Amino acid sequence: MMTERVRKLREQSLQAVPHLSAERAEIVTRACKNIGLESAPMQRALIFQAIMQEKEICILPGELIVGERGPAPKATYTYPEICCHSLQDLEILDSRDKVFFKVDEAMRQRYQEVMIPFWHGKTMREKLLAEMSAEWHQAYKAGIFTEFMEQRAPGHTVLDDKIYHKGMNDFITDIDARLAALDFHADARACDKQQELRAMRLCAESIITLAQRYAKRARELASQESDPSRREELYHMAAICERVPAEKPRTLWEALQYYWFVHLGVITELNPWDAFNPGRLDQHLYPFYKQEIDSGALTREKARELLQCFWVKFNNQPAPPKVGVTAAESSTYTDFANINVGGMRADGSDGVNELSYLLLEVIDEMRLVQPSSNIQLSRKNPEHFLKEALKVVRKGWGQPSIFNADTVTEEMLRQGKSLEDARCGGTSGCVETGAFGKESYILTGYFNIPKILEITLHNGLDPRTGTQLGPQTGDPTVWQDFSDLSSAFSKQMRHFIDIKMRGNQIIERLFARHLPVPFLSLLIDDCIAKGQDYNDGGARYNTNYIQGVGIGTVTDALSAIRTHVLTSHTLTMAEMIELIDTDFAGHEPARQLLLNKTPKYGNDDDDADDLMRAVFEMFYDLVNGRPNTKGGVYRIDMLPTTCHVYFGSVTGATPDGRRAWMPLSEGISPVQGADRKGPTAVLKSAAKMDHVRTGGTLLNQKFTPAILEGEKGLTHLAQLVRSYFLLGGHHIQFNVVDAETLREAQRHPEEHRDLIVRVAGYSDYFLDLSKALQDEIISRTQQQGF
Amino acid sequence: MTHDREICGTIFNIMRFALHDGPGIRTTVFFKGCPLHCQWCHNPESIAAQPEWLFHEERCLSCGLCARACPESAITMAPGGPVTHPEKCTRCGACARICPTEARAWMGDQWSVEQVIKEVHKDRSFYEQSGGGVTFSGGEPLQQPLFLEALLRACRQRGLPTAIDTCGFAPQQVIDTMLPWTDLWLFDLKALNPETHKRFTGRDNQQILANLAHLLKQNSRVRIRVPLIPGVNDSAEEIGRIGAFIRASGTPEAVHILPYHRIGVEKYQRLNKKYTLSDRLPPDEAQVSVAVNRLLEFVNPVIIGG
Repeated sequence: MMTERVRKLREQSLQAVPHLSAERAEIVTRACKNIGLESAPMQRALIFQAIMQEKEICILPGELIVGERGPAPKATYTYPEICCHSLQDLEILDSRDKVFFKVDEAMRQRYQEVMIPFWHGKTMREKLLAEMSAEWHQAYKAGIFTEFMEQRAPGHTVLDDKIYHKGMNDFITDIDARLAALDFHADARACDKQQELRAMRLCAESIITLAQRYAKRARELASQESDPSRREELYHMAAICERVPAEKPRTLWEALQYYWFVHLGVITELNPWDAFNPGRLDQHLYPFYKQEIDSGALTREKARELLQCFWVKFNNQPAPPKVGVTAAESSTYTDFANINVGGMRADGSDGVNELSYLLLEVIDEMRLVQPSSNIQLSRKNPEHFLKEALKVVRKGWGQPSIFNADTVTEEMLRQGKSLEDARCGGTSGCVETGAFGKESYILTGYFNIPKILEITLHNGLDPRTGTQLGPQTGDPTVWQDFSDLSSAFSKQMRHFIDIKMRGNQIIERLFARHLPVPFLSLLIDDCIAKGQDYNDGGARYNTNYIQGVGIGTVTDALSAIRTHVLTSHTLTMAEMIELIDTDFAGHEPARQLLLNKTPKYGNDDDDADDLMRAVFEMFYDLVNGRPNTKGGVYRIDMLPTTCHVYFGSVTGATPDGRRAWMPLSEGISPVQGADRKGPTAVLKSAAKMDHVRTGGTLLNQKFTPAILEGEKGLTHLAQLVRSYFLLGGHHIQFNVVDAETLREAQRHPEEHRDLIVRVAGYSDYFLDLSKALQDEIISRTQQQGF
Repeated sequence: MTHDREICGTIFNIMRFALHDGPGIRTTVFFKGCPLHCQWCHNPESIAAQPEWLFHEERCLSCGLCARACPESAITMAPGGPVTHPEKCTRCGACARICPTEARAWMGDQWSVEQVIKEVHKDRSFYEQSGGGVTFSGGEPLQQPLFLEALLRACRQRGLPTAIDTCGFAPQQVIDTMLPWTDLWLFDLKALNPETHKRFTGRDNQQILANLAHLLKQNSRVRIRVPLIPGVNDSAEEIGRIGAFIRASGTPEAVHILPYHRIGVEKYQRLNKKYTLSDRLPPDEAQVSVAVNRLLEFVNPVIIGG
């Protein structure tokens, strides 16, 4: 049961209104004015130090875990060195209906008088866009791809267990040893390494400073506290903040507080994608939990309360504000910290422990969109664990999601990671596979695959903007067979992948050169050992991703052309192109024919599914294995966040009968409503993709609540999951909600404020979604039992 | 075996992820044609042996493609949509094949054993994970014995577990033919009272009862399914007779009570048929539990639902 304390903190978090805080922008701007000639890492470390020394300290009544990024819950920082918002941006953020951030007059004024004049022309966003080629800009505007680093920093990483064994002082000892060992004669990069290591050292000291300031405040509050039990708590919390992160933690409470300081450090240093994440929390915390439970120092109830207080802290930190295309591709307050439960241990044994079950209870009771949570389900995990997780899933709000730990491990082994690193890794963000604590796995942008087909069918022209974007790959009306189409499609795809990747390489160097992250680098192996920054290849593994979107839509579109134009000749290619150019106006029967009489992906029909595989292979071949600038390579994954709605809004009608500007298919899920043979057929179709060669795929299924009722319903769900995973699926997640309930929520929003649904790789409040996205979720096929 | 693979039968649907036709996750193959015509039947399209169509009026665009495609000119277009003249229709299916919205849904295609096996084989991993398999239902699968036997043998060869969902109305030798290849029988028992049975299903129940007793004697795995229809077989007396008969005949794995529901009602309209039980309401929980308790006096276990 939730304690009164937790109930209040949770309620406070839910009620807090997201708003912008100028605090960080003020400190950073001031610091930048004062910093003289310094290397980039040292500049960043000095800025970090200034924030840690000056930011407001926030301890809320009843809190057991302390620390806010801004001055209060949901007071959200801006990062002007990356993207300095214009007054118009601030106005949009303040006034838009969905995912708004309130901006007060004082902040607008400071932006107008100080921040904008200082940062104008100097931000990463401006630098980056200036470096991109004309064709990159054209393709970006046309909606062929998005650019992740345009308003946010590379992040996409997760912590392993190192902080539970080492205090910051131990990290400093390691750094000093590396500094002492630098060989300025033999190593031409020794000087750069020295700068980076010194910067890391300063960051380690600065996070200790922040903790000490919290300790001091806790003592002050304790001395004024009239309630003796709270007074004692505050003294205890002060002692904890004096201990961690300087020294390694000894208790569950210290461990959680330590992680939280580290989390704040990472999301304050810059605004990295996917926030940051403790990863395999049940593995990391279990030794503390067990020792304290055994000694009687901790009860299961106290542990639950601490964990729940920890949960609230995540919910207090919305994702930093996004505008423009970046807001469209990721339109949510969620910042994708995604806690992993279960899986395997480094030695390959079953990783489920008592804490795994306790975490499932915490997830269930807290019912918060942040943090996200998932189970890593290995064949070695007990059925009981799966069923306990599914009992939470069945409640319908989309957490925890379910990953195939065995496939995830296999993916990492294929990428050349060690067996231990693979087993200690997991998934984060939406569905992205990573070696926790050792990998930088950067998502660089979404790629609109159906748009490539649209351009192919128009001989390189984008019909929406009327611009010749791609090469002239031929007049489709003269194509004789499918290979003509497929070869033109492949040439267009190569063209745009090349444009995207060339841009990526430049952007990667800009971040390496101008915005290193010495604090994050402390935490990720082997940055200290190499004396190299996280943003410059310091991590043990450096992977870049391009995320394919719309595989369902493009498969069905290709299938429609093959079926109706190239095989049965019910339509000529010219007629087909005319149909999509006119959005089927006056041709509803023809549109219905394409919708209903075409083999479609998601029905376990090889005719369609083989096309899905062909597109997958094409995309894979064009991306996988190409080098990035950090000693790693590019790979693919298949997930959309909310980008399938944005990409749909820039893509005209498609040959599968999809109307112009409507959402594309989501993740690797079939086109909404195209899957008509039940969930087993969907899973079979999806499993025909070789998930092992991706860094994550995303499959969502929508079930009516009735079919999952009772022990029998739970068993069926467990069997579906296990079967899909035996077939090699990477991830599956369920919405358990009636379409009627969602329509009801649209009609009477005031009564459904707490309705949470699964969107793509995350859950969100239904009413926080754009109308287009709400409608897209309603239109997904509702699976029922027969 | 080449011979077997080429045998064809009439099927009107193959449904994957079937959860109520035997254990685990199953695929159910629906045979077309049934010797009974139970008034509560929720698959009225299963009764006639010949192909027919369901008309989903709400999907119809009145585009006229069906009328143009019909070689017999059996369809004419009226202001309210297409009108079919059944006396001219030869059931060729051209109208349904061309219908872009699937407003005309064809019921009853010829499938070869090979085609059916290819389809039911697709969910093998789900059967293996869940203890499921293939259920032959209908309509009445025993009405197409050659086809059914060939399918059962083909499933056995490939290690796919099978079940037959039957109304039990068939010559005993047909049942004996299927026995060695069938893993589980789902046997419907509608009423013991011969007049009731005849009145509501159109057939006498003597052969059915004999077949059930025979199956139970063979030590086959049998699950008896009793649809609970208000005003037909839900009296304490009738349920008692059903229970007593089962107890006297042998030991089924379980008896399932399938409470009457109205899910199939709209299909009658789509088939242009009359639903004669429109006054009936589904039994409430209390009524179902009275029936369960009554049956429990004779047999065990009694399970609600399929």
